Amino acid sequence: MKKLLGKSLTIVAVLLAAVSFLPPAATAKAETIKIGAILAVTGPASFLGGPEARTLEMLVEEVNAKGGIDGNKVELIIKDSGASPEKAISFAKQLIEEEKVFAIIGPSTSGETMKIKNIAEEGKTILLSCAAAQVIVNPVAKYVFKTPQKDSDAVRKIYGAMKDKGISKIAVLAGNTGFGKAGKGQLTEIAPEYGIEIVEAEVYDSKATDLSAVVSKLMANKAIEAVVNWSIVPAQGILAKNMRQAGWEVPLYQSHGFGNIKYVKAGGAAAEGIIFPAGRLLAPELLEDGHPQKALLIEYTKAYESKYNEPVSTFGGHAYDAFKILSAAISKAGPDPEKARDAIENLKNFPGTGGIFSFSPEDHNGLDIDAFAMWTVKDGQFVPYKQ
Amino acid sequence: MAALQYVTWQLPMTSELFLQYIFAGLTYGIIYAIVAIGFNIIYNTTGIINFAQGEFVMLGGMIAISLNPLMPLPLAIVLAVLITMMVGALIEIVFIRWLDKPSVLRLIIITIGISILIREAALHIWGEGIRSLPYFIGNEVSSVSILGTRISPQVLWVMGVCTVMVILLSLFFRYTLMGQKMQACAANRTAATLCGINTRNMVTLSFMLSAGIGALAGCVMSPITYTQYDGGTGLAIKGFTVAIMGGLGNSMGAVAAGLLLGLLEAFSVSVLPLAFQDAISISILLVILFVRPHGLFGRRDTAALKEF
Repeated sequence: MKKLLGKSLTIVAVLLAAVSFLPPAATAKAETIKIGAILAVTGPASFLGGPEARTLEMLVEEVNAKGGIDGNKVELIIKDSGASPEKAISFAKQLIEEEKVFAIIGPSTSGETMKIKNIAEEGKTILLSCAAAQVIVNPVAKYVFKTPQKDSDAVRKIYGAMKDKGISKIAVLAGNTGFGKAGKGQLTEIAPEYGIEIVEAEVYDSKATDLSAVVSKLMANKAIEAVVNWSIVPAQGILAKNMRQAGWEVPLYQSHGFGNIKYVKAGGAAAEGIIFPAGRLLAPELLEDGHPQKALLIEYTKAYESKYNEPVSTFGGHAYDAFKILSAAISKAGPDPEKARDAIENLKNFPGTGGIFSFSPEDHNGLDIDAFAMWTVKDGQFVPYKQ
Repeated sequence: MAALQYVTWQLPMTSELFLQYIFAGLTYGIIYAIVAIGFNIIYNTTGIINFAQGEFVMLGGMIAISLNPLMPLPLAIVLAVLITMMVGALIEIVFIRWLDKPSVLRLIIITIGISILIREAALHIWGEGIRSLPYFIGNEVSSVSILGTRISPQVLWVMGVCTVMVILLSLFFRYTLMGQKMQACAANRTAATLCGINTRNMVTLSFMLSAGIGALAGCVMSPITYTQYDGGTGLAIKGFTVAIMGGLGNSMGAVAAGLLLGLLEAFSVSVLPLAFQDAISISILLVILFVRPHGLFGRRDTAALKEF
C-alpha cells in the first residue's frame, strides 16, 4: 500500500514537474514562429500583393539569417488569394485551424479583409491587414490591425488640396472593389466638410480596359472642375489616358492606391500632373535629415530594389510595416500571441514606411493625417506636390 | 414650342458626345468581333469552341512587348503573330490532332484546360503586372480630331487593322484554294476527306489562323487596354457572346454582332451606371441562348445541322 502510494506520488510529482517545467523549457529553446500571409499575388490586385509578398520573403530571409526574432526562427506561409474574398476566407480558416499560425499578415485588399475580420477575431489570431479601408479597424476588433493610412485621411488630404485650388464641383470614379467602395463612401461623407459637391459618381469594373465612354459622359458636364478616382487597379492609368486623349484637361486626383511607379509608367505622358496622397516612401531622400522615417525608408528601398530589380512601392511598405510591428511585438512580449497582441496595442512612436505608428486600444491603425504627403507626377517621377 | 421641347428632350446628348460613344463602341466592338471570328474559324473546321481564344490575344500582346526592345515595332509585331501561330499549331498537334473522334464536350474541356495552362505559363514568364506596347503614333495624350471629337490615333489603328483583317479573311476563304479547302471542311468533313483534302491539316491551319488574328488584335489594342496575363478571359467571354449573337460560324454575323455589342456597351453608360457595362453582354448572351440559340444572323436550319 505504502509502496503503491509512493509510486503514485512519484507519478504525480513527475507529471507536475512536466506541466510546470515544460513550457518555460520550450520557450527557452528556440521556437519556430509560423506567420501566415494572405496576399493577392496574382489577379486584379497583384500590384499590391506582388510587392507585399516579395517584401515579406525578403524580410523573413533577413531575420532568419540573423538567427530569427530573439532566436526564434520565422516560417512564412504565403497564400495567394488572387484578390478573391472566397479564397481569402478558406485560406484564413486553413492558416488558423490547420497551420495554427502565430499571426496573419494581409490580405492585400479591403474586401478580403472585411470577409476574414471575424474569422481572425473568433480564432484569436492577430491579423495585420495591408488594406486601406477604415472599416477594417472601425469598429475596433480586438485582434485586427492595419498598416496602411486611413482612407478618410487620404480624402481629407485631397479635399484640402482642392480647397486651396478653389475647386468645389467634382466627379468621383471608383473601382468596384472593397477599396473603391469604401473610398467612395468616405468621399461622399467628408465632401460637405470642405464645401465640395460631388456632381457625378460612377463605379467601374475592376477589370475595365477602356473608360472612354464614361469619360465622354462626364466631360459633357461642364460644371465638373476636377475628377477623383479611387481604385487600386490598372484603370487608374487607363482613366488618365482616356481623359487626356479626349482633351479633357481638368485636374485628376487619385487615391493613395496610385503609389506604385508602375502605374506612372503605364500611364506614360497621361500620368503627368496626377495629384494624389501617399506616404513618404516615394522619395525618402527628399526628407530632412533626422526625420525618424528617413533611415528605414532608404534602407528598405535599397534592399528591395537591389534584390528584386524593380522599384519599391508603398504597398510593399504596408507589408514591411506589418512584419516589423509584429517582430517588435514578439521581441517585447515573447512568442505568445496574446501578449504580442497586447504589445502591438501598446506600441508608440514606431517609425514605419507608412508613417509613425502609435497604437492604442481604440486605434488599431496608429497613423494620423500627417502620415500622408501630397504627391504629383513630373517627367515620369513622383515629386512632392506644391501649389 | 411644345414640339420643339419634345425634340430637345429626345436628344439629351450633343452630337459630339454621341460621336464619342460611337467611337468608343466601335473600338470595343471590332475587338470583340475579331475574337469572335477566331472562335468561328476553329468552330467551322472542328465543331468546337476554343476557349483559349482570349489567351491568343494576350500572348500576341505579351510576346510583342517582350520583343519590342530588341527590334523595331513592326518586326516585333510580325514575329509575335508568327510565334503565336506556332503556339496555336503546337496546341492543336499536341492536344487535339491525335484524338480519335472526340466528343464535343471533351474538346471543350481540353480547350478550357489549355487556356488555364497558357494563363499560368504567362504568369510565370511575365509576372502579374500590366504591360503595354508603345502607341504606334504619338503617345498617351495625343489625339486626332474627327468631326469635332477627339480620339486617340490608336483607336484608328485598331479599327483599320481589324477591318483589313476581316476583309482579307473573307477574301482568303472565298478566293484561295486553301481557304476553299477549309470551307469544305466546315461544310462537310467526310465529303472533304473523300475529295482528298487532308482535314487534319486544315484543323491545324485553322488553329494557326485564329491564333494569328487574335495575336495581331492583341498587339494593336495593347497600348489602349494594356496587356495582362489574365486579360484573355474577359475577352473570350465577350467574344463568345458575339460569336453566339452573330450565329456560330458566321464571320460577317460576328462583325455585325461585335459592333452592336460594343455600341450597346458604350451607349449604356449614358443611361445605366458604368458598373452594369459587363452585365449587359452577359444578359444578352443568356437571352440569346434561350431565345435564338442560332444567333441573330444565323439560320435555324443550318444551326440544327451543327453538333451543338
